[in-house]
Amino acid sequence: MSAVFVEAPKRLVDVTIDGATVRVPEGSTLLDACRQQGIDTPTLCFLENLTPVNVCRVCVVEVEGSRTLVPSCSRKVEPGMAVHTDSDRVRTSRRMVLEFLASTVDVSLAGPDVGRWMAEYGADPARYGDPAPPHQAGQRDAARPGEHPVPDGSAAATVAQPVKYDNDSYVRDYSRCILCYKCVEACGPDAQNTFAIAVAGRGFDARISTEFDVTLPDSACVYCGNCIGVCPTGALMFASEYRMRRDGTWDDDGQTVTTTVCPYCGVGCNLELHVQDNQIVKVTSPLDHDVTSGHLCVKGRFGFEFVQRRADAG
Amino acid sequence: MDLRLGVPAPATEQERAAVASVLGPAASGWDGGDRTPADGHMAVGGRAAREQRHLLLPVLHAVQERIGWISPGAVDHICARLTIPPAEAYGVASFYALFRTEPSPVAVVHVCDDVACRADGAERTCQEMERRFGPEGQGAAANGSGVTWQRSPCLGQCDHGSAALIQHAGADPARVVLAPFDPEQVRAALVPGTGVGSGGTAVPQAAADRSGLRLLRRVGQVEPGSIDAYRSAGGYEMLRRAVTAGPQGVLRELKDAKLVGRGGAAFPTGVKWEAVATNPVREHFVVCNADESEPGTFKDRVLMEQDPFALIEALTIMGYTCGARRGYIYIRGEYPIAESRLVEAVRQATDRGLLGADVLGEGFAFDIEVRRGAGAYIAGEETALFNSIEGKRAEPRNKPPFPAASGLFGKPTAINNVETLLCVLEVLRIGGPAFAAIGTANSTGTRLFCLSGAVRQPGLYEHDFGVTLREVIEAAGGLRDGRSLRAVLLGGAAGSFVGPDALDVPLTMEDLRVIGATLGSGVVVVIDDTVDVTDLLVRIARFFRDESCGQCVPCRVGTVRQEELLGRLARGAPLGSVQREIELFADIAAVTRDASICGLGQTAVSALSSALSLNLVGASGQADGGRGLA
Repeated sequence: MSAVFVEAPKRLVDVTIDGATVRVPEGSTLLDACRQQGIDTPTLCFLENLTPVNVCRVCVVEVEGSRTLVPSCSRKVEPGMAVHTDSDRVRTSRRMVLEFLASTVDVSLAGPDVGRWMAEYGADPARYGDPAPPHQAGQRDAARPGEHPVPDGSAAATVAQPVKYDNDSYVRDYSRCILCYKCVEACGPDAQNTFAIAVAGRGFDARISTEFDVTLPDSACVYCGNCIGVCPTGALMFASEYRMRRDGTWDDDGQTVTTTVCPYCGVGCNLELHVQDNQIVKVTSPLDHDVTSGHLCVKGRFGFEFVQRRADAG
Repeated sequence: MDLRLGVPAPATEQERAAVASVLGPAASGWDGGDRTPADGHMAVGGRAAREQRHLLLPVLHAVQERIGWISPGAVDHICARLTIPPAEAYGVASFYALFRTEPSPVAVVHVCDDVACRADGAERTCQEMERRFGPEGQGAAANGSGVTWQRSPCLGQCDHGSAALIQHAGADPARVVLAPFDPEQVRAALVPGTGVGSGGTAVPQAAADRSGLRLLRRVGQVEPGSIDAYRSAGGYEMLRRAVTAGPQGVLRELKDAKLVGRGGAAFPTGVKWEAVATNPVREHFVVCNADESEPGTFKDRVLMEQDPFALIEALTIMGYTCGARRGYIYIRGEYPIAESRLVEAVRQATDRGLLGADVLGEGFAFDIEVRRGAGAYIAGEETALFNSIEGKRAEPRNKPPFPAASGLFGKPTAINNVETLLCVLEVLRIGGPAFAAIGTANSTGTRLFCLSGAVRQPGLYEHDFGVTLREVIEAAGGLRDGRSLRAVLLGGAAGSFVGPDALDVPLTMEDLRVIGATLGSGVVVVIDDTVDVTDLLVRIARFFRDESCGQCVPCRVGTVRQEELLGRLARGAPLGSVQREIELFADIAAVTRDASICGLGQTAVSALSSALSLNLVGASGQADGGRGLA
């Protein structure tokens, strides 16, 4: 009989969070521990199915003995850690991160949590003055590293720019991009391994880009749509959703979600069909599904038109 | 990874030749060469192909140098050669300021207008450049002269008062440093064969009493281009001594010496090396951080230009102690002279068996590779530096894990800057306890100070720890006649301003911490009553806005908001009231300092913070140098 390797049970580690002792498995992150305690911890660049990049810094917590705040999404628990999630330092930093983002990026489609956090932490994005005029198409993509026009401070810089709509499947509205790196991870090593997009440029001019800003049809993009699946702010959006929102016909409350299995191949990916007025308007997959971890391919994501070719639709 | 290659305009012959000058000829159609029938019968790729990623920066440099810019065709070809997705290669090329991703005139003049040069009239130089060569930053389309110019962050020539770096692309590419710089020199410098530029005496002490010199001992005394000269001046005795003592012996000396890193963070060197030496994971790497880019700093440049073999020897000792077979020197792209001397030093040391498979005949192998940066201050952050060597964007990594656990290529890595490594030689020369006896109890040994600004004799000075700011300034000849001291910028752009009341504070780690200042990289920019401090602060704010990598929100947006706020203060047009701006800045400073990933963001606000508390900020352009706000 061959031996079956069974992983040893994980040790439990005791940490203190806001004065309460919490026991979590070794290797957990501080975010895991906070969530186990039911502490509402804001996150933007974190997603369960991606490697934490800890760039948005909205999930920071205070760890005693650490000079700076630490990102809870990636920091592993260590025995005896004493963590504060609601100190003045933490609240200030979370407020400012939300304020910085909301004053530079259109976060109106970033979901209800963001608005709730902004209210809870008292973020006031208007206090940097009036927003600067939006960029011309291609202007941010042409920015050179280490150079920028020196501002006189009369207007607050933003990333506002025209939408990139260069294919039938999805649009890229980088006015809404908070540079969370999720799409790059999903396009790259964490899911699709296509590497059609990467972060280009530097500093405030850093942006998600194909090589030399070529259009998506000229890039390596395979239209799996996994970047849309992970985008937290609506910067990446189904063309169908984009058109409906533009035309004012998008209706969240009027939609139903039907879970089904993709009909194309034998892998068995779960699909969530978002249906409005008896039309599929977008397709997602549950993050916690064993097969997909939320990721799909072009067929499951966009290959639904045949369902809608009904006799009554002509 | 499935690469999608092919662009409308493929790489030209010159571009291919530039790539081949680093990588050699392509072996098959699989890596960008001509496709032959045999290619269809085999597959090449996988890990071996992907592991060449670290050659991306050297290849981009080769193309930039020969062609003057990096075209879509060149990127496509590079990606075929190195198995890199084009989007990622473009992400890297567009990160570094010395690379251009749009057609460019063949000669680009980078004119330093940073803190030290600024105090010496850099704006006048820039106006003269504009008069001669047109508006700053013109691309090839708008520019018919073949020469374009742009303002540059500190070029590390602060002792000269003005400086420029010329990138001259062509079949025989050149990087020419002109310091001091006069726009008159540009045309002459573009004549092939001009060399790598000028530079005067940087070490005033070398001409006077040399008795106190330790790290600068050989500067100006020993021919920097000859290993024989170095050896006859006692060179390579410390490596012999290290091998005799063994790794444990070296670590003991370092700990006895209480040597701490001179890069700014002041981490105990012995502890750092030991953590790598004892890490059971193999392979180990050692790295010298020579990406000295802190505005006002030029000490490492002087050491590398004048005493390159000392760095090679020290890094060899580091490799021996830490159990590494390979060491890297990552030097900023703005230091062509230092780079060429280091490359030559590595060649000579390898010829003599002081590097290679059997160093000193003692049975350990060690090689050194010199890697060139491409214009990114952030690459001096240690984990960003690793990413840069690995062929990635120089974005800092989150710590932990620290380099001793996971550094270059994910392996245990020890990294120190040039001055620290030269201190190691001194520790071995005089012994740990003797080194610890120099300076103060907690700041041992000597320290290099980069003096610039309003002193009579700017340059590099070495003093025992414990020296006061007043003594440092007096050693540099004091202030110029008729001037009075307004403030001193200590530690560079990432440091802080101190006022005349700090003149008698000893410049040790512990004493400076008390007054909330830091020595950083040893920068002392002396500011007299003629300098517009607000103008300097605007430049510092521009610097951090330009040099932030953009990865984390606090630094990416915080540096923008800081610059905007300062712009309003300089114009005397606050939002609401000055008091409201100061409160706004307190919030910006808090998040940037507390929640940024790396030291760049954490220190990006310190200069303005300190200037506000010293009441040095006022509307810019005032004859009195800007009145305070209060």
